[in-house]
Amino acid sequence: MLELKNICYSAENDGVKKDIIKNVSLKLDEKFIAFTGPNGGGKSTLAKIIMGIIKPTSGRIIFDGKDITDLSVTDRAKAGIAFAFQQPVKFKGITVTDLIDIASGRELSVSEICAYLSEVGLCAREYVDREINSSLSGGELKRIEIAVTLARKSKFTIFDEPEAGIDLWSFNSLIKVFENLAAKTAESVLIISHQERILSIADRIVVISAGEVVGDGKGEEILPQLLSSSSVCNVLKDKAKEAL
Amino acid sequence: MNLGSTEKGLLKEIAGLEAIPTGAYNVRENGKLAGRNVTANVDIVSKTDKPGIDIYIKSSTRGERVDIPVILTETGLNDLVYNDFYVEDGADVTIVAGCGIHNAGGLKSEHDGIHAFHIGKNAKVLYIEKHYGEGEGTGERILNPTTLIEIDEGGSMTMETAQIRGVDSAIRKTNAVLKANATLVIHEKIMTHGKQYAETDFHVALNGENSGAHVISRSIAKDDSHQKYLSCVDGNAKCSGHTECDAIIMDNGSVTAKPELNANNIDASLIHEAAIGKIAGEQLIKLTSLGLTEKEAEDRIVNGFLK
Repeated sequence: MLELKNICYSAENDGVKKDIIKNVSLKLDEKFIAFTGPNGGGKSTLAKIIMGIIKPTSGRIIFDGKDITDLSVTDRAKAGIAFAFQQPVKFKGITVTDLIDIASGRELSVSEICAYLSEVGLCAREYVDREINSSLSGGELKRIEIAVTLARKSKFTIFDEPEAGIDLWSFNSLIKVFENLAAKTAESVLIISHQERILSIADRIVVISAGEVVGDGKGEEILPQLLSSSSVCNVLKDKAKEAL
Repeated sequence: MNLGSTEKGLLKEIAGLEAIPTGAYNVRENGKLAGRNVTANVDIVSKTDKPGIDIYIKSSTRGERVDIPVILTETGLNDLVYNDFYVEDGADVTIVAGCGIHNAGGLKSEHDGIHAFHIGKNAKVLYIEKHYGEGEGTGERILNPTTLIEIDEGGSMTMETAQIRGVDSAIRKTNAVLKANATLVIHEKIMTHGKQYAETDFHVALNGENSGAHVISRSIAKDDSHQKYLSCVDGNAKCSGHTECDAIIMDNGSVTAKPELNANNIDASLIHEAAIGKIAGEQLIKLTSLGLTEKEAEDRIVNGFLK
């Protein structure tokens, strides 16, 4: 279980201090949790605080009973937190196989790598030796990012807008990936998403806006509110419509 | 050919040789000939007017490999050598050269190799050159390779050079002239550390119609080392030229890149790309989020970059 206790984060921009996360406390122990809310509301920042990429200004993070607030990214990864970036990082000379091997902590066989790649709809033969660089399209990079994150087999896995940039890939297979993940016991998945079809399979939805939790509850309770209420976010409604 | 363990280690490092090669070879050790073998297609003859050899590769050559390593183990030696490669029309050959220096003393050891390639019509050459230095001595290890390339119509050359460890100072000059339909591809990899200095100076003249050159340099400058990358491509006909300098700087390392493109013909198409900077922070974050320590992540990024 992951617990955020009074997390605050503020950043200075052009000499003006801006509060980005305002005293957020959450206990996350469901299998499938979704963070949603308007762009710029602080969802990604909160996810990066969990992974250790951003240090909170104040507050504590407890994971499986241990205070991990002061742990490095490496130590949090080792403790069982994984993070799929919204914008996958490109490299020079590092291949898809290299990254999946690093993620799983050992050299995998081609068939093992194939299993991860096929889960995200990629044909392994075409990709195993490909470098993770600009020669890959945004959608390909995104799918590889998801496959690499799956290979971590972590206890708590965060996906930051996994749907972004995946246009042509059948949306059902993406959802299936997350359903499968959630079905595995003792694993939690946190997805940041605007997509109704992803939100609809979440056990719990947390709505984050302007750095605060403005809605929190079971998926089936929160989702109808989100879709009907114009005050929470029009953006979300539009995005949901786009997907349909 | 009798070689000690130091010499064998150097040979392995620069040419990947575990044993004496079966094909044509010429091993130069401390300025002298240590061993030679010729084949039906490849002849090697010592020069009479200056130090060095002439290598004749017949047009009947198909996929043969020629090894021409140089090893230096004496401190204080300044070895200058001229090697001329005559590749006949239509030949297809792989040439593996390279220099390894083991300097155990306090004096400077230097090897200056001047390699000239005369590549015939439609001939195909893969040239691999590796530079490596080691030794517990305080003496400097200096390598200054010069490569002169002439490629006749339809001929092609791929040159892969690497200098990864232990060379204190290196000035590499490469000068190429291409005729019609000739192509030249150069892949250069350099890593410097300590107070090392490495300079690369490419000059490619694309004189023939539809000639093309592709020069890619990847380098890493660590500690207090400095690198300089100069490239000049002259497009004197309908041709295509592309040069790329991609460098990572670490610690107090510094890199200078000065590309020059001269388009002297309306149909010349020339491109230069240069990118110099430290390791991208997001690359480190990604790899640490996969469980690597920062040091491990850095090593992975560096190794991938120079792969």
